Amino acid sequence: MNAPQTPVKKLRVATTSLAGCFGCHMSILDIDERILKLLDLIEFDRSPLTDIKHCGPCDLGLIEGGLCNAENVHVLREFRKNCKILVAVGACAINGGLPAQRNHLDLRDILEEVYQTEVGLSHGGIPNDPELPLPLNQVHPIHEVVKVDYFLPGCPPPADAIWKLLTDLLAGRTPNLGHGLLHYD
Amino acid sequence: MKTSDSEASNTFQLDGEDIPFTPGQTIIQAAKAHGTYIPHLCWHPDFRAHGSCKLCTVKVNGRFGSSCTMEAKPGLEVENRTTELDDKRRTLLQMLFVEGNHFCPSCEKSGNCTLQATAYELKMVSPHFDMFYPDRAVDASHPDILLDFNRCIMCSLCVTASSEVDGKNVFYMGGRGLLGRRVHVSSESGKLADTDFALSDRAASICPVGVILKKRRGFAVPIGERTYDLAPISEQPAEQTP
Repeated sequence: MNAPQTPVKKLRVATTSLAGCFGCHMSILDIDERILKLLDLIEFDRSPLTDIKHCGPCDLGLIEGGLCNAENVHVLREFRKNCKILVAVGACAINGGLPAQRNHLDLRDILEEVYQTEVGLSHGGIPNDPELPLPLNQVHPIHEVVKVDYFLPGCPPPADAIWKLLTDLLAGRTPNLGHGLLHYD
Repeated sequence: MKTSDSEASNTFQLDGEDIPFTPGQTIIQAAKAHGTYIPHLCWHPDFRAHGSCKLCTVKVNGRFGSSCTMEAKPGLEVENRTTELDDKRRTLLQMLFVEGNHFCPSCEKSGNCTLQATAYELKMVSPHFDMFYPDRAVDASHPDILLDFNRCIMCSLCVTASSEVDGKNVFYMGGRGLLGRRVHVSSESGKLADTDFALSDRAASICPVGVILKKRRGFAVPIGERTYDLAPISEQPAEQTP
């Protein structure tokens, strides 16, 4: 006789893109049909995939992108508060990445050039709507602000590396990326 | 007193393996000749040891030492790829990564970079420390060669190669302090264009990272098909890697 199947409690996963390009999220989708297998094991909380606006208690949080403005810091802290395990996904979350290329430039100079002095602009002025999050003076990786449990390098991390990390974590193992999956480019 | 085999002959033990050496060789020279990988950055088989990066630190009869400067002796017991040593090496790498601006995705050297390959080998997944984001110059003045000092790890291989092989002294180390000490170009203007540096110089191809780059050679080999994409640095043929 078949024993009644006890429904396995799905792990709750939240994801977000801070100062990133969504490339890491595209790479998550790149796991292709394995996402169906994944959905048997997890359910999404706050994520660009669900459009849930705030993070509830979660087992796993995946952070793409570094910190370039005040809102990024708030979101990161919300994730850390709610997620048992937090993973820095991709180059920008890990060392600031491409957005951090502005770090040796003065923020005022950047804003003035982008909004005022660049040829072809209508000289409208630097946006200062109170709804806009204030930029940080420099872009920072997320481990400088909260404790990060695991790191998944790559620009973006390959889908197979994301799959390896997720399956390792779901199986209760420490994620271990071998040659070919550990990449910084 | 009974002498062991390795004391009688010119061999020493490296992680339990017998490594033959010729008298006068350093530990890393003997290991390299034997095909055994000891992580290193500032050492290059063609040049005298610099002893500055400390990546090649091993434990010799229980004490730490740089394998690029320690002479091989019969009967030495040397530890190399232990968890203890690799953990320390990873920390050294993390410090190098935060002290410079190492953004691999936009670097032409990615996949052929010794720093990156060594970090892969030691399973470095994050810089761990707070980033410095130092302000360093790019010198694009030379018609054939780009200098991007953001990636410099101050191994001084370009200084040695230019001085000892090319006989030109195009580069020198100067300045003080963590962020002050750096490689300079020895022309009055400080620009590479005002030196007699040439593409054919040994120093033009010695850089282990992406500082000295040949112009107009970008992405001739795609990312993912480069030297260390194909095999880890420890499994590369010894004669083909620095």
